[in-house]
Amino acid sequence: MSNNGAKEFVFRVRRFDPIKDDSPHYEDFKVPVQPGWTILEGLWYIKENLDSSLSWRSSCRMGVCGSCGMLVNGSPTLACNTQIRDVATDVLMLAPLPNFDIIRDLVPDLAPMFDKHTHLQPYIQRDDHEEMLEPTDQYWQSPEQLEQFLQFSYCIKCGCCMAACPTFASDATFSGPMPLAAGYRYLIDSRDDAFKKRKNLLGSGGVGPWRCHYAGECSAVCPKGVDPARAIQFMKRELVLDYLRLSKAGKRKPAELLPAEKRHGRRDEIPEAPPFTVEGAS
Amino acid sequence: MSMKDTKLWTWHMAAGVIILVLLGAHMLTMHLNGVLPIESLNPAGDDPLDWANVVARGREVSQVFGYIFLVGFGLFHGLYGLRNILFELNPAAGLKRLISVVLLLLGLGLFVYGAWSAVAARTMALSVSG
Amino acid sequence: MPEVKKYPNRLGIKGWLLGGKWGPERYLYFLHRVTGLGLLFYFLIHIFVVSSRSFGQEQWETAMGRVTGGIFVVGEFLVFVAFAFHALNGLRLVLVELGILTGKAEDPVFPYRSSLNVQRPFMIVMMILAAILIVVGGYDFFVLAGH
Repeated sequence: MSNNGAKEFVFRVRRFDPIKDDSPHYEDFKVPVQPGWTILEGLWYIKENLDSSLSWRSSCRMGVCGSCGMLVNGSPTLACNTQIRDVATDVLMLAPLPNFDIIRDLVPDLAPMFDKHTHLQPYIQRDDHEEMLEPTDQYWQSPEQLEQFLQFSYCIKCGCCMAACPTFASDATFSGPMPLAAGYRYLIDSRDDAFKKRKNLLGSGGVGPWRCHYAGECSAVCPKGVDPARAIQFMKRELVLDYLRLSKAGKRKPAELLPAEKRHGRRDEIPEAPPFTVEGAS
Repeated sequence: MSMKDTKLWTWHMAAGVIILVLLGAHMLTMHLNGVLPIESLNPAGDDPLDWANVVARGREVSQVFGYIFLVGFGLFHGLYGLRNILFELNPAAGLKRLISVVLLLLGLGLFVYGAWSAVAARTMALSVSG
Repeated sequence: MPEVKKYPNRLGIKGWLLGGKWGPERYLYFLHRVTGLGLLFYFLIHIFVVSSRSFGQEQWETAMGRVTGGIFVVGEFLVFVAFAFHALNGLRLVLVELGILTGKAEDPVFPYRSSLNVQRPFMIVMMILAAILIVVGGYDFFVLAGH
């Protein structure tokens, strides 16, 4: 088998087996890294050839599921979309995401992050429950209104931002960048009608954005460009404006069902669909 | 659940801006007078710590109010910042309450003393200059 | 299923210093804390020292005699440095944290530009101004000895 340009890297992995170990320790693996290999491919090489007990989370291997967040050379990132040769020259340090308990090897316990996320009510809340349960139509939202929150909806819940946050490092009660970005996404969504409830939830203690001091590491490490730091500062802005009784978001009426004048038939420049090729289809 | 931290944080920011102006003026008076001398701030010569300058400034009502605001906003801004730092170390609920009470009492006490001192300094300055 | 023991991995206060590969804003966050605590500590003592002017010339000059010269000049200069940094960085933080310098929410296109990139030019200007203020103050403190 040819070398194919492979270069040997040392993967220095922080291991922890809850049954055998009292505390984590580092273990070295020599991995022949081919050009173009991601860290995830290196981990699979270890599992298939060197040590089948090595554990981590991964799924999509293309940066959309958020499973494979880990500490790579001291910086939280996704293993599946990080090229080994971009971040290391001979030794690659891998550890589980900090600020979460370790379940095993590179597997962190992300449950606290998801609990905080749930606590901030990341769903549309409105009074028209019948429409919400049995929708008859869509809610009208302008492109500008959509743009206010769309960036923050791209979050894949990987936890890298939480690992990078200095406040979350010491303060377990702080909601953290991911839940707060999700909280802002719903706070500002024009379809939502729970501003008063959300502002009271966010107005006190570690739950709200007030323990963020814009260190900015969350946005620096986010693998999807969600910019949670921006969302948190926008959240502060909305809450302060509301306190000063200057808030537009606080006074808005929630988005209504699509009005008749916004309805469009087929536009003239879009051609009709070709006929069905399967007999009897409709 | 309330908006308590929203309000405190808003005032923390406002206090910061106010301190920027007042403490900036204080620094100009005390530590930049050599580079940028302003006679109204040090009318009695080059040394801002000289008793004559202390008296000249102490007479002014604007200085009294300036110092009272500086002490008040400075204590609020600093002690709220300290409270934030301490709370981010995850103390127990009882300890959090104790920290809040101690810092509040410390702040109020020092404010009363500092405000009294600013007013008393004017009284002293007026009695010296006649 | 039996409860598996988990290993605590919270960085704690070390996370204020060792959270990951640092951007400049992370250093500024830490320095802001340090300078804030330094200024607060000095301020609490300063209220008492300066209140001596309320008691007359003799008390004032005695108090000043205790806190001038030698190491006190260096100490006061460090307070000035802390003020210069904390004030100008604080001004940046007020503008950023009220969503003024963060830019608008936008569709992320790789390579991502975050609010960090938007506020960075202002951060650099503030740091340059702080440096100028520190140099000017240092000149006044040590060369002109006008403090």
